[in-house]
Amino acid sequence: MTEMNNEPERMPETERMKELLKAAVPRVADEAEPARDLWPDVLHGMDREPVRVPWFDWALVGGLVALVAAFPSAVPVLLYYM
Amino acid sequence: MPESSKNVLDRFRQGDAEAFEELFREQQATVYRWILRIVRDARTAEDLTVETFWRIYRAHARFDAARGFEPWARRIATRVALDWLRGRKPESEMTPALEATLTAEGTGDPGVQAEIRAKTAEAFTRLPIKLRVAAVLAVVEEQPHKMIAESLGISVTAVKLRVFRALRLLRNDLERQGIKP
Repeated sequence: MTEMNNEPERMPETERMKELLKAAVPRVADEAEPARDLWPDVLHGMDREPVRVPWFDWALVGGLVALVAAFPSAVPVLLYYM
Repeated sequence: MPESSKNVLDRFRQGDAEAFEELFREQQATVYRWILRIVRDARTAEDLTVETFWRIYRAHARFDAARGFEPWARRIATRVALDWLRGRKPESEMTPALEATLTAEGTGDPGVQAEIRAKTAEAFTRLPIKLRVAAVLAVVEEQPHKMIAESLGISVTAVKLRVFRALRLLRNDLERQGIKP
């Protein structure tokens, strides 16, 4: 059950708003269940590894950003060698 | 905790897929309902339940059996649902399915006029996400504050404050529309 024992929630207008909200937004049924078997989808996704970027790549990107910020004139040189 | 349940949890922690399926079969309805209570759309709740169990499986090594599977799953599910809510554009907050659910005839207190009910439902969708989620779980779904707090990773006091602020914003919104709640 809901613990409704804090001071502000005892105010009458708050109680009225709670009633309004309950009337406007229907409660989800306690027995609600998915309409389909979700296991095949879960199984399918388990084989898929999340995309991971190696730490070295992040370090490289960080180094490049720092280089460009410190020496903007190096940008054409970098572009030439890319 | 029964020995068999402990065994399943231990095997899941070690990455056993069969143990994971067992836990999925046992917990999917609970996780689905929790997500549905937050996102209020059955199809979306199904997709997010799948996403939740992917995250659960990937995080199996971090699972602490002493703290129980259900609260841990609920916390991950809450994060997935909140990510989904945050990823939606403000103008698409009220999907046709959500609108139909929120303003369905015959739901709630028949004493409350349909117009006020519809306006309240609209105002509800305009609430900031974190206030809306706390309000819907605590007021509409009547979930224990402690459970909501654990799921959101905040204190019980913070939950109560969010609910209070949500109701106050809702009242102000309705008053701006000329409705005196």
